Amino acid sequence: MAKTRTLQKKNFMDIFSGKQILIPIVALVLLAVFNLIADPSFYKITLDVNSAGNHVLSGYLITILDYGSELAILAIGMTLVTAASGGQDISVGAGIAIAGSVILRVLCGTNSRPDHLQAPIIVAFLVSCVVAMLFGAFNGILVAGFKIQPMVATLILYTAGRSIAAWINNNELPVISDPSFGYFGGFIPGIPIPTPFFIAVACMIVMGLVMKFTSLGLYTQAVGINESSSRLNGLNPAFIKFLSFVILGLCVAVAALIKVSRISTINYSVIAKDIEMDAILAVALGGNSLSGGKFNLPASILGAYVIQFLTTTLYKFNVKSEAISAYKAIVVIILVVISAPVVREKFASFSQKMKVRNAKEVG
Amino acid sequence: MKNIHKNFTGVKALQAVDFSLREGEIHALMGENGAGKSTLIKVLTGVYEKDEGEIFLKGNDKAVAIHSPQDAQNLGISTVYQEITLCPNLSVAENMFIGRTKGRMQNWKKMNADADRILQSLDIPAKATQQLANCSIAIQQMVAIARAVDMDCKVLILDEPTSSLDDKEVQKLFGLMKDLRARGVGIIFVTHFLDQVYEVCDRITVLRDGKLVGEYEIEKLPRVQLVAKMLGKELDDEAQIKDETQVYHADENVPPVFEVEQLQSNAGIKPFDFYIRKGEVNGFTGLLGSGRSECVRAIFGADRIIGGKIKKNGKEIKITKPIDAMKNGIAYLPEDRKVDGIVGDLSVRDNIILAAQVLRGFFRPFSKAQANKFADEYIKLLEIKTASADTPIKSLSGGNQQKVILARWLLTHPEYLILDEPTRGIDIGTKIEIQKLVLKLASEGMSVTFISSETDEMLRTCSRLIVMRDRRKVGEISGEDLTQSKIMDTIAGGEKKNG
Repeated sequence: MAKTRTLQKKNFMDIFSGKQILIPIVALVLLAVFNLIADPSFYKITLDVNSAGNHVLSGYLITILDYGSELAILAIGMTLVTAASGGQDISVGAGIAIAGSVILRVLCGTNSRPDHLQAPIIVAFLVSCVVAMLFGAFNGILVAGFKIQPMVATLILYTAGRSIAAWINNNELPVISDPSFGYFGGFIPGIPIPTPFFIAVACMIVMGLVMKFTSLGLYTQAVGINESSSRLNGLNPAFIKFLSFVILGLCVAVAALIKVSRISTINYSVIAKDIEMDAILAVALGGNSLSGGKFNLPASILGAYVIQFLTTTLYKFNVKSEAISAYKAIVVIILVVISAPVVREKFASFSQKMKVRNAKEVG
Repeated sequence: MKNIHKNFTGVKALQAVDFSLREGEIHALMGENGAGKSTLIKVLTGVYEKDEGEIFLKGNDKAVAIHSPQDAQNLGISTVYQEITLCPNLSVAENMFIGRTKGRMQNWKKMNADADRILQSLDIPAKATQQLANCSIAIQQMVAIARAVDMDCKVLILDEPTSSLDDKEVQKLFGLMKDLRARGVGIIFVTHFLDQVYEVCDRITVLRDGKLVGEYEIEKLPRVQLVAKMLGKELDDEAQIKDETQVYHADENVPPVFEVEQLQSNAGIKPFDFYIRKGEVNGFTGLLGSGRSECVRAIFGADRIIGGKIKKNGKEIKITKPIDAMKNGIAYLPEDRKVDGIVGDLSVRDNIILAAQVLRGFFRPFSKAQANKFADEYIKLLEIKTASADTPIKSLSGGNQQKVILARWLLTHPEYLILDEPTRGIDIGTKIEIQKLVLKLASEGMSVTFISSETDEMLRTCSRLIVMRDRRKVGEISGEDLTQSKIMDTIAGGEKKNG
């Protein structure tokens, strides 16, 4: 027990010495300080009674924790896809629509407004996992097998996904009345913290275990950095890329469960709209190269929460939802430029020069 | 260049190095890997900024400022790098003129005509409109030189230009260099080939460990002393190297470990037979493009096999991809280190464990402690110069990168090690280390196939040579016949017939 603890501690320190995680941390601190100066009430957390009669925490920070979690889950898969294929999957939002639609379809059966669930939630979830992974596999085959650029390959599902989602439920809008279905995107009675956070933590733990007990990390990075060399070292680059898309598919299914659970129904054209962009930004904000290669999962996850922090801050200041993208774009440009390797190198050489200068003055 | 300093994080790459180049001379820049040759050149060409020191041009008292490759180019300093830095998907002519057009409009016809004229004047067998990727590495190199020559350079830097050229091409290049020297161009020639230095150079500057060892007139520095100065050891004679590395002869009665019958791959080689005994060192020789790499690539499953059999200990094995070969105890150090060997952004440690990890399996990753142990063990064993095991491999010098790749394969404990040009572009010291290592491994029972462009090196290590010509196996030489002239005869044999 004690041994594992010291090991974890060491890994934790490794992450910080890696510097990459500093990028989302700095962004987070900047946003936090901004909010502190602009309006400290941003940090107020209250214990309220919600419509279901539960005591739950509410406040902007809780919103960030809540909505940032679904983004964090997607960021995990997106990081792997980015690292292995050097491109991004833009069909994530459409994939959530499909997976969410599948969940509802299984739960409702033939009746769009059933009085009670037609199947256990776990079954519905597992079916949606399989479907989402199949769609991920479809993307993966296009990218790995046919060597189509990831953005172009996933454009197909990006365009068609929401229509497929509507078709799964014959274009009806099923509504689930069973309150237990609402737990996944809301609160479990007696627990004041939103469930998506626990789901995200579970995903992180699973991913952490996968990273520890398999060579996924090494293989993915090797393939992303030098495909030819990876092949000569006995790897199958196509399969690794394919695998990353399937894993992203699984992440999509988990996010879809949270999404449809929030409102217990689905709106095919609106659900998870533009979430792929936020997920990609999370990866970029985590300091990961969008052209593939080395990656840092904790940094991506933190990046996801920072993106949500930003969105929530903008809502707080009553920025209209149509205008939010524009504001986000400005902030994101700044963040991404700061975290660009070119700029970081400049910073590094600048700080080194300062050090040299200081040393000389002292000498 | 005076008193040049350059530091990288934790490593002093250059310390107080002086360097001078006269008009119309060929000046050799020599030194082992990591001696600072490439760094010095990159400072001169503006790729790196110097930390200290000054650069003077043409006797001006004022130091010139070189902050970017563009600055260097404007001052008439052109470089042809060791690794080709052209755009493979553009045409030859586009590569020659890229970044140099003044007007907004591009006169394609004129550009192609100009390019063809230059290529012809330099006797380079390429067409202006040809896509560069379709040319051999040698031709690509020459196009890069043609580009530099055409830019009216005063200073031409050739960083390892000959490492991928065959003898004929080297001679052509030397002719060109002498021609340029006559026109007053100063040429800095970086190479590891001693013969070539003594063939064309006027003066030599030797670097070691980032420091200047000295500047010498070529007549006043015998070869032996040059080697000694580069290595920082006193070597009596190059012959001593040969004595130390006695060719190990495998027992003729030992049955072959690996046998190949009429193997053919999609890389265009004719079917060939081949075998190797336990503890034997043999080699493929032949001119550039003769198919020697393609043969071993076929055995390793790197190219797709379209015919023939591979047998291990008499039993047929199926190799369709590299992992099959690896599982049968075959290891392959590829010819092109940058493209096929290193995984640039990954650490030295990850690069070392990669192949062994793949063999071990996806669900059985090495623990951090194990990986560190392996890395430290091989860094020590092969004397890899690196700041730490965490350093990205791309920041190591060429020879040290090669050692890392070698460590990667040794860690898989192969029965049969294929080394394709393991000594290309690396210094004499490391070359000899690698040769010695090969012989030591063989004496311990490993079978090794060694491919090198230098016949000297092959003679020193191999007990049997397979000669390739025009993608066909044309002969096998062993025992008493194993001499330079016999090899040359066999390589050249067909040409006489054709001519």
